[in-house]
Amino acid sequence: MSISAATLPQISARRRRTDKVMRGLLLSGTIIALIPLILIIYYLIHKGISAWTSSGFFSTDPTGSFFGSPGGIRSAIIGSLLIVALASLISIPIGIGVALYLTEYGKDGWFANTVRYFVDVMTGVPSIMFGLFIYIVLVIGKFGGSGFAAWKGAVAISLLMLPIIIRSSEVVLLLVPSSLREAALALGAPRWRVVFKVVLPTAAPGLVTGTLLAIARGMGETAPLLFTVSTAFGLTFNLNQQMNTMPFLIYNDITSPRAALQTIAWGAALTLVVIVLILNLAARLIASRSR
Amino acid sequence: MEASATSVTTGGRSALERSPAGRLPDRVLKWGLSGLAALILILIVYFFIRLIGQSGHVFSTYGLNFVFGNDWDVSRSIYHGGALLFGTIVTSIIALIIGVPVAVASAVFINELCPRRMRGPLSILVDLLAAVPSVVYGLWGVFVLAPRLLPAEKWFASTFSFIPWIGGGTPQLYNYFIAGLILAIMILPIVSAISREVIATVPSEHKEAALALGATRWEMIRMAVLPYSRPGITGGAMLGMGRAIGETIAVVLVIGSAPKIGSHLFAQGYTLAAVIANEFGEATGIHTSALFAAGLVLFVLTLIVNIIARWFISRGSHGTRGTGATGMTISSGPAES
Repeated sequence: MSISAATLPQISARRRRTDKVMRGLLLSGTIIALIPLILIIYYLIHKGISAWTSSGFFSTDPTGSFFGSPGGIRSAIIGSLLIVALASLISIPIGIGVALYLTEYGKDGWFANTVRYFVDVMTGVPSIMFGLFIYIVLVIGKFGGSGFAAWKGAVAISLLMLPIIIRSSEVVLLLVPSSLREAALALGAPRWRVVFKVVLPTAAPGLVTGTLLAIARGMGETAPLLFTVSTAFGLTFNLNQQMNTMPFLIYNDITSPRAALQTIAWGAALTLVVIVLILNLAARLIASRSR
Repeated sequence: MEASATSVTTGGRSALERSPAGRLPDRVLKWGLSGLAALILILIVYFFIRLIGQSGHVFSTYGLNFVFGNDWDVSRSIYHGGALLFGTIVTSIIALIIGVPVAVASAVFINELCPRRMRGPLSILVDLLAAVPSVVYGLWGVFVLAPRLLPAEKWFASTFSFIPWIGGGTPQLYNYFIAGLILAIMILPIVSAISREVIATVPSEHKEAALALGATRWEMIRMAVLPYSRPGITGGAMLGMGRAIGETIAVVLVIGSAPKIGSHLFAQGYTLAAVIANEFGEATGIHTSALFAAGLVLFVLTLIVNIIARWFISRGSHGTRGTGATGMTISSGPAES
């Protein structure tokens, strides 16, 4: 500093002060950005832990009765897992399939670019619209014999997960070196074997990352479930019936005037956030290890 | 399919000899995948047509009054949704005013000022905000944020009562401001992630040139980094606005559910998405149709905002196809290298 001060013109005090102030502002912006996360996690643990430690929280179903024990959240956890599992079964093959089309066949053609644009549009569609869509198509006509049904919610969630899977898979598939594809093709492998034996295995860790993030997103969505699955109290494995889910249970319990149910809402929210954060961290871990 | 084919793994048949039957799996794969891609297009177009069909009744009854008229009364069966549109736009603008400066400041700090090894952890922490489910934001807003902020809102409204619409009124527990604040937190990660991506593309020659001319760090940021990344950051903010417009569950819990144009910032209101979530369950007849119409307005609004956002982002990516930047924040995190 002293050397440069001798050879270069001095930076005026005003400019140095502005620099300091602005750096400080940028730093405080970053701190402000982190405060909500810290606060939310603090309150979730603070208020949710007491629900966790109450007896039967994870092993009993909500009773639904206004008096007496409010019960636990077992049916909601299992319902959420079932619905998200079914949604993943639908959206993962379709999502990776569309991404494969974009990178292996469509490339930069007009059709592939149109699909890309529409997928981008899909990422911007509010999640409640997917619920409305499934309501119009599947619920109004009592498709499959029942109005609200778990599998219809799963379809709505899968529509929400699709663009996330397609976009992240496309990014990963583009990273597969084309020299690998060319080498396999030059050895006489047909295109489909190149896709299944070279492209997909090479991109696998990245595909898993994107998929896990999509699952985490689907897990926490409430809005698409409102008019597709509705809700139930008891435990059911019948996908053609209404089913309890964690986001819906939290949503219902928030609006309840009963303090015991509000405590359950905090406990369920803590459970949901823990699951979602584990999925997120697992995704990031896989992404960083495969690099 | 794969198991049956393993027998020819090393059978050195050349591509030239392949029989038409041998090419069949290739054809199937190609057309199957194209079919899936076409399915996406068909789904979206089909949805749009069905939505227009469902809401046609309301638009033929009320015309454009449905969008801009101000009178939503279920008991009198009158559905003029202007207050909903107003609430949607006001809450998203509040979200932008609060969220974007913080998001951009954090992006600039993470990319340009903080020590290199802090960059990854800080980005992940900001990205984690996007992982929190919206119902959890709602829960936190209802039981923590809204009651805790009410005294501050009262002080603010009485102190700044001379500013029209901002101050003056009596703050309600649930109001436009609380909804906007929650939305600001929710859009923060996506705006920050896209800003970080865009700022990372600023050529280091530009920055070094600024520094070599004697600029301080801040002057370098102001004169080299920000002008270069402005279109991308604008696009990111627009994407965030699209999110805010469509957010449902967190907003419905803290907006107050009053279908009228609020007289001040801390008054109860309603948004398009929130009215659908709240009233759809009990709606029948023209009420249902009105809610579908609200959905249509919401859909078109998010579409317009998103298209403008994409345009800004593609202009801001300076020729390169920014697959990462046009994706969403959670997938852009691990995908960028």
